[in-house]
Amino acid sequence: MRNKKQNVVALHPKKQIKNPIKRFFINLIHYRVLTLMCIPAIVFFFLFSYMPLPGIYVAFINYSYNKGIFGSKFVGLSNFKFLFTSGKIAMLTRNTILYNLAFIILGNLLAIFMAILLNELRSKYFKKVSQTMMFLPYFISHVLVGFLVYNMLNYDYGFVNTVLVNLGFERWGPYSNANVWPVILVVIFLWQVTGYNSVVYFAAIMGIDAEIIEAARVDGANGFQKIFYIILPGLKQTVVILFLFALGGIVKGNFGLFYNIIGQNSMLFSTTDIIETYVYRATMNDFNFSTASAVGLYQSLFGFVLVLTSNWVVRKLNPDYSLF
Amino acid sequence: MSTNSVVKKNRKRLDLSDAIIRGFGYIFVSFYALACVFPFLLIIGTSFSEEAVVRKSGFTFFPRGFTTYAYDLVIKGGTIGGSYVVTIVMTVCGTAIGLFIISMTGYALQRRDFPFRNAISFYIYFTSLFSAGLAPYYLMMTQTYHLKDNYLAVFLPLLMSPWLIILMKNFVKSIPHEITESGKIDGAGDMRIFSSLVIPLLKPALATIGLFLALSYWNEWYNCSLFLSSRVQYKTLQYNLYEVVNKIASLKNSVAATYVTFDDLPQETLKMATAVLSTGPIIFLYPFVQKYFIGGITIGAVKG
Repeated sequence: MRNKKQNVVALHPKKQIKNPIKRFFINLIHYRVLTLMCIPAIVFFFLFSYMPLPGIYVAFINYSYNKGIFGSKFVGLSNFKFLFTSGKIAMLTRNTILYNLAFIILGNLLAIFMAILLNELRSKYFKKVSQTMMFLPYFISHVLVGFLVYNMLNYDYGFVNTVLVNLGFERWGPYSNANVWPVILVVIFLWQVTGYNSVVYFAAIMGIDAEIIEAARVDGANGFQKIFYIILPGLKQTVVILFLFALGGIVKGNFGLFYNIIGQNSMLFSTTDIIETYVYRATMNDFNFSTASAVGLYQSLFGFVLVLTSNWVVRKLNPDYSLF
Repeated sequence: MSTNSVVKKNRKRLDLSDAIIRGFGYIFVSFYALACVFPFLLIIGTSFSEEAVVRKSGFTFFPRGFTTYAYDLVIKGGTIGGSYVVTIVMTVCGTAIGLFIISMTGYALQRRDFPFRNAISFYIYFTSLFSAGLAPYYLMMTQTYHLKDNYLAVFLPLLMSPWLIILMKNFVKSIPHEITESGKIDGAGDMRIFSSLVIPLLKPALATIGLFLALSYWNEWYNCSLFLSSRVQYKTLQYNLYEVVNKIASLKNSVAATYVTFDDLPQETLKMATAVLSTGPIIFLYPFVQKYFIGGITIGAVKG
């Protein structure tokens, strides 16, 4: 909208076309090739992202597979009422947000820590090899991650238990103990993404003016002072922006990670069920489309408000970084 | 002379604290990097071990009783050959088609004189802000489009994402507008400018985004789990792995029925061998393509 005026000026420097409909068609004809270049993407997002939107209606009916959408009974907000009064939504929201907070905070801290250490290393060869090794977990599917975790931790043959038994300890059975999973899942998450995330901070450190560091050294700053007074403050902006954007996505989960590690193990759900795993099971196992839609809609709306808020804050801090 | 000696003195002090940080850095990074590859070495080691030894003494780092029996079973027997074909075809076609559409769209949306660019950008970006959720999507795919048990249900949704288009836009931004102008002056049309002038300059972008696409196709299991039922024999590699790991019946299907009786199946080593084969090519390729990912992350990180 806001660019329209300026574009029309560029196109027809002498005469302004007032009628917006006429202007639209003139632009359409004049820019037909550029418009056509966008058509495949427009069709794609229409088919796969906009077409499902009317289906949100399913959240307000008591959907039955045989009767179809229009044959099922309209029940208003009672699907939501059930979810809220039963405490289900509260539990799912709590789990999702707490996990994401741990992922965001610890993930960024470890990534910054790693980037600073990598920056201090002098051996190029070592840096390259270790970064390549740290990247490996990021390239594999969540299915394999789940399988690796199972191999490390399972009761009978798992590596951890093999070591414990060899050292003369009792076997450890995390797959029947819900309380240990928040820690395990956070560790696995960090394991998978830190190599990747540290690259962002590594690039930010590279962007810090080398002359400032050189000047500080001449003034007698030691290695620790360099990190605390130059590098960390230099990263502040990147950290704040990434943190705010991450907060915008705090109700969206890492479905693949949770589903492949926890799967259908209902013994662990009290501490490991997040919004997306619940929606997936409600859809694919129970065919309870109405409940699944209601939870999904709640998640979408909540997420939407969060993104708008975080973007608003980012724009206040630095308009260059805001998304819109 | 005196300033020199001050600098020298400082250097000495710097060297101590730097040495501490550096030494700690080498140790910490070494341990962390080893922890990243350790689980992989574990499954590779175990996949070459004998099942009986594994059952008795657990998973192992070095193969015990070296054998390729599990690999023979997986390769000769079952579903993994078909899964390879399905996955490779999808990865190649999906990456090519996706790249073509994404780069075209990214270029058009970055053209300063294109009057619809803000409207279309918003139209695309909005889909990442608000979505209908899984259940309406599932109903649409299965009942409106009738894509249950159809490979298209797995293939199409991965072709592009708002994030990849924004990433492409950021890459295109770095190409000077004068290139387009010069093409126009020489009388080239928009498509000609794009294909002859812009595409050659977008090579790093194509490499980066192509890799993201290829990786998402190669690691695809989610859409497979939603839309492909047991009526479809060959799933993608990762979903094939998922089934072999999680469903005993699939484990049996993954080897030829006549090959061994179920009790004789070397279950654990068989899962390991399937995991190694399903991941295989990625492990060998990623060190070479990693630098393109690094470019992508640093360009796309903030404006994701």
